Amino acid sequence: MAIDQATVRKIASLARIAISDAEAAAMEGELNGILGWVEQLGEVDVTGVEPMTAVIPNTLRLRDDVIDADPLTGGNRRDDILANAPAAMHGFFGVPKVIE
Amino acid sequence: MTELTNLTVAQIRDGHRAGDFSAVEVAEAFNANVAGAKALNAFIVETPEQALSAAEAADADRAAGTLKPLSGVPIGMKDLFCTNGVQTTAASHMLEGFVPRYESTVSQKLWDAGAGMLGKLNLDQFAMGSSNETSYFGNVISPWKRKDGGNAALAPGGSSGGSSSAIAARLCPAATGTDTGGSIRQPAAFTGISGIKPTYGRCSRWGIVAFASSLDQAGPMARDVRDCAIMLENMAGFDPKDATSLNLPVPDWEAALSSDLKGKRVGIPKEYRLEGIDPDIDAMWDAGIAMLKDAGAEVVDISLPHTKYALPTYYIIAPAEASSNLARYDGVRYGLRDLPQGAGLQDMYAATRADGFGPEVKRRIMIGTYVLSAGFYDAYYTQAQKVRTLISRDFTAAFETCDVILAPTAPSAAFGLGEKMADPLAMYLNDVFAVPASLAGLPAMSVPAALNREGLPLGLQIIGKAFDEQGVLNAGLAIEERAGFTARAEKWW
Repeated sequence: MAIDQATVRKIASLARIAISDAEAAAMEGELNGILGWVEQLGEVDVTGVEPMTAVIPNTLRLRDDVIDADPLTGGNRRDDILANAPAAMHGFFGVPKVIE
Repeated sequence: MTELTNLTVAQIRDGHRAGDFSAVEVAEAFNANVAGAKALNAFIVETPEQALSAAEAADADRAAGTLKPLSGVPIGMKDLFCTNGVQTTAASHMLEGFVPRYESTVSQKLWDAGAGMLGKLNLDQFAMGSSNETSYFGNVISPWKRKDGGNAALAPGGSSGGSSSAIAARLCPAATGTDTGGSIRQPAAFTGISGIKPTYGRCSRWGIVAFASSLDQAGPMARDVRDCAIMLENMAGFDPKDATSLNLPVPDWEAALSSDLKGKRVGIPKEYRLEGIDPDIDAMWDAGIAMLKDAGAEVVDISLPHTKYALPTYYIIAPAEASSNLARYDGVRYGLRDLPQGAGLQDMYAATRADGFGPEVKRRIMIGTYVLSAGFYDAYYTQAQKVRTLISRDFTAAFETCDVILAPTAPSAAFGLGEKMADPLAMYLNDVFAVPASLAGLPAMSVPAALNREGLPLGLQIIGKAFDEQGVLNAGLAIEERAGFTARAEKWW
């Protein structure tokens, strides 16, 4: 199915990427080209075929239910977590005002 | 004495152990090569002091008799692996200036094994690309040139193109790579080196910038098969921090290397004989078949009937997962923030992501967002997941009659930078032979096998059963010994 520029703008908004009209026009052709090509998958008979969820048989593990079980990924790492934030303040991530 | 930078990982390790040279001498020699090769643009960040300090520790360890498996060996680290205190960008503007406060599991294992870091290697932005033309920090250039007298800058392959270029140009003896749809194997083939993508789950993905999580897998790139085995042993292993990590022991791949293939059956997939393919590629493939027969293997014809659907399947699944993984880059927690005057939160997200992502990354996020969106999810994504099951079943069936599969790594030799950028689909087709094994999570490696008529390297690919890295490495070794590939790029940089 062909996508038009309005659809391109809708996808961009879902993906939270600002695009100009010129970019939307260019992407319309590119996305249609790629999507038209992948549509050949529709011709494959997949009756009774389960979608793949694990490429190598493996049971997903859960972490032990222990506070700070791993010193690297556990708690008490606020400064490390905020170290690369563009606007960290008072021990929190800073964002533009969202409540009037 | 041979120049230290011409030595392999095994030769450096053994020579250092024997006291033929110091680790500091090795590190200084490679640091000098790195510093003198700016024209290749293989590194985003150089860390000569880290290479030196690891070398000093290695020399001290030798004196104390406490040598480690990679003592004295400096390596390059693809800039997709988070390195504590060293900028990690995934070659994107989005992560420019991001300095992780933690170390990826794979890189930590390598440092624990005694390796030193020469620097962070350039790549396609967020590992999306097959030519290293999507890096925010500029194209990586292959050290190879066509012998037609032309001076065209050639692609080192992608996405691990900084790794392949640096190894081929003797800037490092080995490097890490990651492979989502061929990103270790295709650049290895383009630059005349070796590289192996192990079974999905062998190497922890913790601390590696994510692209497509059901496909991404780290692996080594080096000059020969033995070095790949040594590196992989020191990268692989169970990691409780990665839920997809395999809880299996790491075999001693180097010790079990053997090019005697008696009793082994090699499958030749008829669907990989593409119409109109470069005759040099077909000739190399036929030569490879003869080499494996010479090593004692029996050659059998096999069929992988869903091969033609592998690329379109990949270009639904990988972008879908990428659109989800890259949602974390929102201008709040790390990396770039663009906050236009008076903008709200949503505008900040959109502006940050518009500025921080390059065109190829945006294209893939858009495709992924579309195929996952309401109304299209089943038609595209679920269908692709089902076809992926069929592709995987093809391999399972084929491995009932063979032990490993032999095919070309890429449909062509390295192309010129800029030659394929205008057409995303033409670029994607370059991974036609590499993607099926990725979709099935299988171990696969590329070894250099021949030069084409332009004097450029071509690679043969060996695909193995899940967990059978040994079978892949052994077949690779059999080709390596018989192909006698010794060509290298003449120094121009």
